[in-house]
Amino acid sequence: MKELVIISGKGGTGKTSITGCFAALAKDAVIADCDVDAADLHMLLSPKVLATHDFISGNIASIREKDCTGCGVCAEKCRFEAISASSSGRFVVDPHGCEGCGVCVEVCPVGAVDFPERHCGQWYMSETRFGPMVHARLGIAQENSGKLVSLVRREAAEKARELGKDLVIVDGPPGVGCPVIASITGASLVVIVTEPTLSGKHDMIRVIELAEHFSIPAAVIVNKWDINPEMTAGIEEEAEGRGVEPLGRIPYDRAFTASQIRGRTLVEESDGPSARNIETIWEKVWRKLK
Amino acid sequence: MRIAVASGKGGTGKTTVAVALAVSSGVPAQYVDCDVEEPNGSIFLKPAAGSTETVSVQVPEINEERCTSCGRCARFCRFNALVSLGTPPLVFPELCHSCGGCEIVCPADAITWKDVPVGEVSIGQDTRTGLRVIQGKLKVGSVLAPPVIKAAKAAASNLPLTILDSPPGTSCPVIEAVSGVDYVLLVTEPTPFGLHDLTLAVDTMEELGLPFSVVINRADEGDDRVENYCRENDIHVILRIPHSRRVAEVYSRGGTLVEALPELSRVFREIPGEIEGRLG
Repeated sequence: MKELVIISGKGGTGKTSITGCFAALAKDAVIADCDVDAADLHMLLSPKVLATHDFISGNIASIREKDCTGCGVCAEKCRFEAISASSSGRFVVDPHGCEGCGVCVEVCPVGAVDFPERHCGQWYMSETRFGPMVHARLGIAQENSGKLVSLVRREAAEKARELGKDLVIVDGPPGVGCPVIASITGASLVVIVTEPTLSGKHDMIRVIELAEHFSIPAAVIVNKWDINPEMTAGIEEEAEGRGVEPLGRIPYDRAFTASQIRGRTLVEESDGPSARNIETIWEKVWRKLK
Repeated sequence: MRIAVASGKGGTGKTTVAVALAVSSGVPAQYVDCDVEEPNGSIFLKPAAGSTETVSVQVPEINEERCTSCGRCARFCRFNALVSLGTPPLVFPELCHSCGGCEIVCPADAITWKDVPVGEVSIGQDTRTGLRVIQGKLKVGSVLAPPVIKAAKAAASNLPLTILDSPPGTSCPVIEAVSGVDYVLLVTEPTPFGLHDLTLAVDTMEELGLPFSVVINRADEGDDRVENYCRENDIHVILRIPHSRRVAEVYSRGGTLVEALPELSRVFREIPGEIEGRLG
């Protein structure tokens, strides 16, 4: 089974629009949306949710006011500055600051700290017109997005094995941090969608370095290439110099927004030059995967 | 005043808006790049080289002469950063949250701390505007964006206006970037993805209790669902930036929005005052 992950470094380069097209063209893949912070792929694929699961990860501290003696040892030992004194002289935990380490539970001399499991979001097993889809929603202002990403990937791979499918297509998050690392480690191929801007180039270089760091093969697509043809050529040259194959270019095209408004992928809606370029790129991706 | 520029979705124009606000300021100002995974502010602000400091986190080191292999530290660690199989524990630094719990529970005083670099913070000055530019940058391969964001914010000095360029999303890096600011501007675009991620960003700000307004970028593209959503939910739209290919081209070369559309300079200069008025 192969795992293809689409990332970008910079946000808004067209990652999700292109992932949606790949899902349509692959026809027989399991689809995973690992951009759990701001998941958008479902708006193109209209998944029918078959099962909803809670995502429980780690714990969160909570001080029982009636038992707190106000000694303050918890606040002194908390390295996340998540505990402070209330107006009544008792101590309270800021749930957004708490990382669930358990130090306050350990040091409280009167055992006044509860430590329940933390409900961090939900994940879904769904069906789309292109195949099964695993996606998730991280709770607002919650932590552990990396762990939720790992869970979505694991469930998608499991589903592929169960159904005898040989490909998982993963829509990754922007950036180079925790959720991106959780999305790409151990993948078969990373496809980087960039744009011909200085920011796009700068961020592409950082994700190429990240893929190198984890020894994952990478390839690059330049979206909106005609905004700056010179920059596009420079980006492709830079990628090639780093051993990353440029797979093709997609023009700046308002048809992407139009198809997004209709809740469909571009390749279903159009047979214009952008859609044709994506089909050609997909064939190259497929050959690389095999 | 500290204004954070944030968004749910990436690529909506956070950096474009943050930079335009900073360079248009009528008072001494600084720009803090908190998008440490992909910091792009310096592409537009071009600060002259200043000082750079490494940001480190502390991870445990085991003194094997003192360690009795009791395993308490490994049992305590919620992040599986210590593993003991009847031996002195192995440390997995990339999983460590630096909580200090292992040291607290160790009965043999066998744990000390060492610094592991996770990124850097640089401080410079934009040569054209005199703007102070602070940039946090996560080391590639590190997972720990929040400590780098915290260090970048700590490097800000006490100037009349501080603009913080936040990372995208709704989780820990965003929370770290916006915590303690006076006001947040949420940048979006009028597309289904833009609207969906705006609703997540709005929920996040409400959860954190932070006042905010919305900036609609490429306002004449897409559809009117973002406008309708803001109207129906009584959300203030402080600015609409028109879509233009010229803006996209100037941006691609590292030019600022106010270079592409100079008439917006005055609009951006007045935004901090307008926010002050809204805060009462």
